[in-house]
Amino acid sequence: MSEFHDPSNVLNPEHADHQIITPATYGMVFATLLIFTGVTVGAAYIDLGIFNPVVALAIACFKAVVVILFFMHVKYQSNLIKLTVAAGFFTFIVLITMTMSDYISRAWGLW
Amino acid sequence: MSATSHTIVNLPDQRTATIPKRNYLNNEDGLLSWLFTGDHKRIAILYLISITFFFFIGGAFAGLIRLELLTPQPDLVASDTYNKFFSMHGIVMIFLFLVPSVPATLGNFLIPIMIGAKDLAFPKVNLLSWYLYWIGGLFTMAALVLGGVDTGWTFTTPLSTHYLNTHVVTAATGVFIIGFSSIFTGLNFIVTLHRMRAPGMTWFRLPLFCWSNYAASILMVLGTPVLAITLVLVALERLVGIGVFDPTKGGDPLLFQHLFWFYSHPAVYIMILPGMGVISEVISTFSRKRVFGYTAVAFSSVAIALFGFFVWAHHMFIMGVSNYSALVFSLLTMLVAVPSAIKIFNWAFTLQKGSITFETPMLYAFGFLGLFTIGGMTGVFLGALGMDIHLTETYFIVAHFHFVMVGGMLMAFLAGIHFWWPKMTGRMYPESLSKLAAVTTFIGFNLTFLPQFILGYLGMPRRYHAYPPEFQVLNVLSTAGATVLGVGYMLPLLYLGWSLKYGAIAGNNPWQATGLEWQIQSPPLTENFIETPVVDHEAYDYEWLEHKTAQEVTTVG
Amino acid sequence: MDNAIVATRPHSHETAVAAEHEHVVLPQHRHHFETKEQQREAATFGMWLFLLTEIMFFGGLFFAYLLYRNWYHDAFVVSSNQLSIPLGAANTAILISSGFFMALGVWAAEVQKKSLLVLFLVLTTVFGVAFLGIKGVEYHEKWEKHHIPGSHFDVSEFINPPINPKTGKPTETPLAPDMAQKTQVFFFLYFAMTGMHAFHMILGIGLLFWLTWRANRGEFSAGYVAPIENFGLYWHFVDIVWLFLFPLLYLINRHPGY
Repeated sequence: MSEFHDPSNVLNPEHADHQIITPATYGMVFATLLIFTGVTVGAAYIDLGIFNPVVALAIACFKAVVVILFFMHVKYQSNLIKLTVAAGFFTFIVLITMTMSDYISRAWGLW
Repeated sequence: MSATSHTIVNLPDQRTATIPKRNYLNNEDGLLSWLFTGDHKRIAILYLISITFFFFIGGAFAGLIRLELLTPQPDLVASDTYNKFFSMHGIVMIFLFLVPSVPATLGNFLIPIMIGAKDLAFPKVNLLSWYLYWIGGLFTMAALVLGGVDTGWTFTTPLSTHYLNTHVVTAATGVFIIGFSSIFTGLNFIVTLHRMRAPGMTWFRLPLFCWSNYAASILMVLGTPVLAITLVLVALERLVGIGVFDPTKGGDPLLFQHLFWFYSHPAVYIMILPGMGVISEVISTFSRKRVFGYTAVAFSSVAIALFGFFVWAHHMFIMGVSNYSALVFSLLTMLVAVPSAIKIFNWAFTLQKGSITFETPMLYAFGFLGLFTIGGMTGVFLGALGMDIHLTETYFIVAHFHFVMVGGMLMAFLAGIHFWWPKMTGRMYPESLSKLAAVTTFIGFNLTFLPQFILGYLGMPRRYHAYPPEFQVLNVLSTAGATVLGVGYMLPLLYLGWSLKYGAIAGNNPWQATGLEWQIQSPPLTENFIETPVVDHEAYDYEWLEHKTAQEVTTVG
Repeated sequence: MDNAIVATRPHSHETAVAAEHEHVVLPQHRHHFETKEQQREAATFGMWLFLLTEIMFFGGLFFAYLLYRNWYHDAFVVSSNQLSIPLGAANTAILISSGFFMALGVWAAEVQKKSLLVLFLVLTTVFGVAFLGIKGVEYHEKWEKHHIPGSHFDVSEFINPPINPKTGKPTETPLAPDMAQKTQVFFFLYFAMTGMHAFHMILGIGLLFWLTWRANRGEFSAGYVAPIENFGLYWHFVDIVWLFLFPLLYLINRHPGY
């Protein structure tokens, strides 16, 4: 590929320009997180049947994604970092699904 | 090129040659300069000494096991002592030798040089990982000195949590800490390979050794923490009586198996993948050809790493996992055979019409090819659901994983040590003696483990210290083989030590190999390269090397 | 991933490159990196890889929770009701605030404002300690109610729940004795998961003291922010673990009316 000496990786697709996120953005993220904490507590007191855990986990996932994207700067990072984060959650999902496939199919229908 | 058909070894004139005055070995003096070094090459040497030490401890236990099994009667040791022997053999060999063997020694030494960097990305983390290795090793040794562990290396619950009164927590702490040592090594390699490559060193110009270490590093980073949390839960269960794995309290022992093998199956690939990288380098160099299907071999490493996370339950077929799930895991297990076979076939095609020479690393590499193929094929037997029920927990499985781990990884490790010994020390090992060692190892290995396939097939269970008398002939053969094997492993220790002082001066590139590591002085400078190299050729480009060498001669002349 | 050691061998090539790109050569710049940008990206990437191991580390615990929650659903519901939602929600808010100040701390380091950075690090620490304080109160309550697994564990309350004097009905669904025993599994996991989380918090607070001390000496006010940035990643990761622990342990199947 390139013979050009590029020690800072500026030409590299794995590179992303460094950005400083402003306190205003952080403030909005902070408010969002607090609001959704309130929502998740409120939702817990309403009987939604099997959707209670679904709603609670969906809100938790949303909050986690917001933290990862903004507080942890992943939105402004290179594709490499994004892929790395995704790989971690992918492996966790492999652990869960492959193991659950055993437990669920052990007593099919009785689970 | 002065190479004849017999050898490609090209040493400088011994009457005038000297070891370079300034190199990483004599850059600084004193023990402290080693213990606080950040130099990846020095840390590699520290690791090499450490793992050799633990290898011979593990090997001593192997010897004791074979000695006990010489006769059908339990006459040498009591049964629980025997249990401690094979447990300590497994723990020491797997966690203290096989997992760090190639990555922490050869990988540490070579990866930065191969990609044209001055060091790994985090030299202090690298040193920390060596200290963690020793702390973990001391815990394991403490467990041994205090009276040993008899759970087997698998720490199987509820045996390990309820029925045994040995030093499980001490050993588990040791393994936990060693786990972090290997996580840090893997993390360092991944960052280094992504961030520190020299200009022009693209991913597809990397030597295949880097690719396979990269794949193994991914497994280390993602798999090892699951083992860590599992061992924490085992320790908590023993110490404060929580019941996550205890059926009497509502826990599930199979959950332990799932979590344990989620790490420990990928760990098998952590152990073998770096070895495969060594074999790629050695086979290419000694057949003077670019590795056939470079891209396929590179991606097969990554594929093995990926598939490695989907097959762990094949260790649990007889433990009561669901039939449907077992079927899926069995099919996925067969899938791993594909990338492994891709590698074997590509190495075979690399050899085809190559100018093959038979130096010691190549002999070990040939040993690897044959033994790993047998080990891999018997793995397919064990992955098949029906066969597994007959063969698992017998000596068949013992023979299978020793073919992969010892016949595969250890052969590859020795191939790599001999191959890069001139680079690491600046001196050649004695060629004829080392060829003898390679052949001895091969014969000894087959004599030890081939009879175990038959024993297992006939139904001799593993982990027993006594057996019916009709199995004695095969067991005696196996023990005899272990003796030969022991000699085969002692020889390199002796002559490599000898060569440190009396070996021939190797020069920069005794094998006329193409990697960046062969283009610098041996032993290398502390900073590896005087100026950052610019890579303008593909990996294993022997024409480029010939061209370069020819030009050097003209400029000097 | 601390790179604070002064480069030992300033290299001619490296200074040449730095001059070319008009980069300031920081004392924290390590000799084996060619530029500070390369060093920074390497450190961030390394930190993320470390966090991957943390995901898998907690992943094992989360899977154990998922399994036993499905097996012993009734016991988990009743035990979950023993936890205090107000305390849990307050702790969530406290931890989010702590994370917010950490994020502001990274910003303060980026714009090189020393006193703001120190202030934000102190606030991060204060909220982190507050979280641990409330966690301690909750643990103490568990101790008093005999909900710590082990020989003191008492299931009688789950088999015969106290009667609500107004309605005359039990305050909880009574459990069969064998299922009541399984409430212990919930509390194993509760203590294992929150304990492991608290352990990470304690480590983090220890590091915060050290970073605050260094920030106060002005080490991070001249363009070298990697330690603050990477510690921020760790601290936010610990927050995320709690963001999942809170609904899973406190909120799931908290039916109205009880």
